[in-house]
Amino acid sequence: MANKITHTQVYVLDQDEALDFYVGKLGFELNTDADLGFMRWLTVNFPGQPDVQLLLEKPGPPAYDEATAEQIRELVTKGAAGMAAIIAVDDVHKTYKELVAQGVEFTEEPTERFYGTDCGLRDPFGNPLRIGTPKEGPIEVPDPGRVSAGDWS
Amino acid sequence: MSRAVEESNRHMLRARDAMDRDYAKPLDIATLARIAYVSEAHFIRVFRATFGETPHRYLQRRRVERAMFLLRETDRSVTDICFDVGFTSLGTFSRTFTDIVGDPPTTYRWRAHDLRAVPACFMKAWTRPSSFGEARSRRED
Repeated sequence: MANKITHTQVYVLDQDEALDFYVGKLGFELNTDADLGFMRWLTVNFPGQPDVQLLLEKPGPPAYDEATAEQIRELVTKGAAGMAAIIAVDDVHKTYKELVAQGVEFTEEPTERFYGTDCGLRDPFGNPLRIGTPKEGPIEVPDPGRVSAGDWS
Repeated sequence: MSRAVEESNRHMLRARDAMDRDYAKPLDIATLARIAYVSEAHFIRVFRATFGETPHRYLQRRRVERAMFLLRETDRSVTDICFDVGFTSLGTFSRTFTDIVGDPPTTYRWRAHDLRAVPACFMKAWTRPSSFGEARSRRED
C-alpha cells in the first residue's frame, strides 16, 4: 500500500542558485548532489528528515527538448509552475524576520488564519512557497459567514 | 533570447505580486513600472503580453474580488468597502464593480447571502471575476 511521500520536485533555473536559497536561506541541508552524466541529481531535506527530499530539477535535454524546457522556464518565472512546498516552522514571525533580513522576496506577511499563521514567498526563480506555524489542536473550519476580513486575503 | 524573457517575466511577476499585496494602497503605473525595472509605456505592453491583461485591469479585478468578499462576509457599508479595497471614488468603484460582476455592489451583497453555505476557500477560488463584460453578457441571456 502506498503510504509515504519521500520525494517531491521543483523546477529551478539554476541549481547552484537553488542551493543558495533552499540551503543557504530556508534551512534545508544537502542530501544528494550526484552527477549522473545525463543530469545532476540534486536533493535537499530538512535537518533530521533525510527521508523527505525535495528534488531541485533543472529542465532541459535530454529529458525535455530545448523548446519545452524554455516553456517550463517561462512558466516558472511567471509563477505558474505550481507550489514548491508548504513549510512548517515553530515561530513564523521570527522566521519571517530572519528571511526578510536575508533579502527573501515575500508576497504576503504573516497572517493569522483559522488553520494557523502563515505567509507567502517566492524562490529566486518565481516558484511560490508558504511558511507557517500550524495551529495546535483540532482545526475548526469556520462558518463561511463568520470568516474575518483578513482570512482569505 | 530565452534568458531575457525569463528575466522580464520575473520582473513582471514582482509587479503583479505588489498588486496582489498592496491593492488597498494607491498604486500607479509609475510605481509598478519601477518595481518591474522598465519604463511606464514598456511596462503596460510587456505586462499584457506576459499575463494576458493590462496591469490596470489586473488591479481592478483584484480590488473587485476583495470588495466582493467584504460585501459577502462583513456588514461594512459600500462606501467603506470602496475605500478599503483601494478605490478613491465611489462612482468609479460602482461602475467598475458593475462592469466586472454584472450587478451593482448592493445587489451583489443581497444575492450573495445564498452563497454563505459554500466553504470560503471555494468562494475565493471561484468568485474571482474573470473578465470585464463577461458577467454582463451572461445576464442579458
